[in-house]
Amino acid sequence: MFDTALTTADFIFLAKGAGMTIVVTAISVLIGTVLGVIFGVLRYQLGPIWAAPLIFVLDICRSIPLLIQLVLTNAFLGTILRLNLSGFTVACIVLSMYTAAYCAEIVRGGIEAVPATTRRAARSLGMTWGQDMREIVLPLATRIALPSWIGLALGVMKDSALVYVVQVTELLKSTQILITRLQEPMLLLLICGAFYFVISFPLARFGGYLEKRWSND
Amino acid sequence: MFNYTFQWKQAFARLPQMLDGAAVTMQIAILSMVLGILLAITLTMFRLSGSRILSAIARTWVEVARNTPALFQIYMMHFGLGSFGLHLSPFLSILLGITFNNAGYLAENFRGALKAIPETQTRAARSLGFGAAGAFGYVVLPQMLRIAFLPMTNQMVWAILMTSLGVTVGMNADLYGVVQDLNALTFRTFELFALAAVIFYLITKIITIGARLIAARLFRY
Amino acid sequence: MIEIEHVRKSFGQLEVLKGIDLTVEKGEVVTIIGGSGSGKSTLLTCINGLEPIDSGRILIDGTEVHAKSTDLNKLRRKVGIVFQQWNAFPHLTVLDNVTLAPRKVLGMSRAEAEEIAERQLTHVGLGDKLKTFPGRLSGGQQQRMAIARALAMSPEYMLFDEVTSALDPQLVGEVLDTLKMLAQEGMTMICVTHEMSFARDVSNRVAFFHQGVMAEIGSPEQIFGDPQNPETRKFLSSTRQ
Repeated sequence: MFDTALTTADFIFLAKGAGMTIVVTAISVLIGTVLGVIFGVLRYQLGPIWAAPLIFVLDICRSIPLLIQLVLTNAFLGTILRLNLSGFTVACIVLSMYTAAYCAEIVRGGIEAVPATTRRAARSLGMTWGQDMREIVLPLATRIALPSWIGLALGVMKDSALVYVVQVTELLKSTQILITRLQEPMLLLLICGAFYFVISFPLARFGGYLEKRWSND
Repeated sequence: MFNYTFQWKQAFARLPQMLDGAAVTMQIAILSMVLGILLAITLTMFRLSGSRILSAIARTWVEVARNTPALFQIYMMHFGLGSFGLHLSPFLSILLGITFNNAGYLAENFRGALKAIPETQTRAARSLGFGAAGAFGYVVLPQMLRIAFLPMTNQMVWAILMTSLGVTVGMNADLYGVVQDLNALTFRTFELFALAAVIFYLITKIITIGARLIAARLFRY
Repeated sequence: MIEIEHVRKSFGQLEVLKGIDLTVEKGEVVTIIGGSGSGKSTLLTCINGLEPIDSGRILIDGTEVHAKSTDLNKLRRKVGIVFQQWNAFPHLTVLDNVTLAPRKVLGMSRAEAEEIAERQLTHVGLGDKLKTFPGRLSGGQQQRMAIARALAMSPEYMLFDEVTSALDPQLVGEVLDTLKMLAQEGMTMICVTHEMSFARDVSNRVAFFHQGVMAEIGSPEQIFGDPQNPETRKFLSSTRQ
């Protein structure tokens, strides 16, 4: 079974792809989470009417295929605005917004899950809005939101496989290139799948564990 | 404002072709959901069967579906099965790829829904003279359906979005495939894909709103 | 007639029924009292065939409950049971909760089943809640619905397993009144209960269970007025305060 045409150079090629997957994911999740928290708090504070434009934009990010979001953004920034951005930058921009769209929902859900009575108690003790948010809402909402956020981050990693469309060679694209060249699809796909699985499975399990533990108390 | 002339007319002229593509997209999504639900029920039964082998098969399926990219799963159907001499058409590759994904996610939802129905409900039904099948069908299943309904709606939306990945295995009859081919002809990338985005948006909205209306009628308790 | 002969039952290492003998005649009301873990609730679920037994036998009108040849689903139509947790079917209206089993198990027409259900629900005081979903009812109302649901199968025997234990104190009375009414109508009943005054007022006989054994059985006057077993005395004095 190790009778294969795969060379060390090919492995390095795959590893570079894997590195790209991780870098794109890390940047997007980081920026997307910051934006998502801002959007989520805004969404909550403004209420459904004033936040309508924001809700609409975020809803779009969740309702059209990521592939189209990438192509459209690339065309808009490149062909229309004539900005000379790399595919990598475009990929990070789109995935960040994509992350933010889902993250905002998670954040809003987390805030809404903090009982109003708890918050009233905090305010009745003389806490300001900021103190209430920081001392009461943030720790409680984080507990509720963290398992979903882990799921989101893993989702973004898996969905980052689509950035090939803006010429970013991440892991799956690298695999596909090698498949075309070496004609050993099964072996290459197993290596590629194993990489995603080894990262995603334990973290997803951990998220499930947190969810279970925190929902019990 | 922009140093670019939008040519929306060209894109709109292609609308009929795009709508044909949208019909294929819907066809794939619906088929993959029907097959996915049937498989998910089978996987759920595997997990509850008590058989180690069946349970392991089901768990592996669920975990692979949930922990690898959907595109990877589609490649497996296309290139992976191809290495066993099983060459699937682009249509089948994308259909089975999405079906695999649907089945994995839905099986997990079904299991969660089942766990959420207390054992005492079955007991109450049995004490009224229902057999195991009757207790499940009349008492447990309807309650499960309510819990699993929203996740099923979400999965349907994802199935629609996932059809766009068919292009990677040579599918060109669905909405994304049609637009990609038109783009190669006309190079009106932004206009064409923007129109496709609107169509996708409308489809997903119709489905989520439709599902909400159905749920309101179905689950009045 | 329900005949319970030398019934033993264990959960793992724990023996919860250590050889129970009890015969309940048609038209009798027997209440079972005793501390928690005395095995009294387990006995009820065994009578209904919801739990298997390890040895001994239970006969209902001569049919052995745990015999392989017995059609339990058929037998259960004869023996209704109501649990501590009322287990309303949340997805069905009150009326549908009650008609479900008559329609699907007995094969009645909807009209026929609804007529019976309406009668039973009116009987337990829920005639105005037919189209309501159980989630909107109080615990006491849901418990009365569960009683009507069991009665709609026209059982010959009714088992009540601590049906008031999960209720708020102010709702206990309405459920007990329903049970009293049934007893007066001549229903054969076995009630596991913590309500001593109910046991005294309604029963023909009261049985005291202690650690898997039926320590004492007798008329309510005798059990409450002149208990013979020291454990019975201890239990009764502890519940009186």
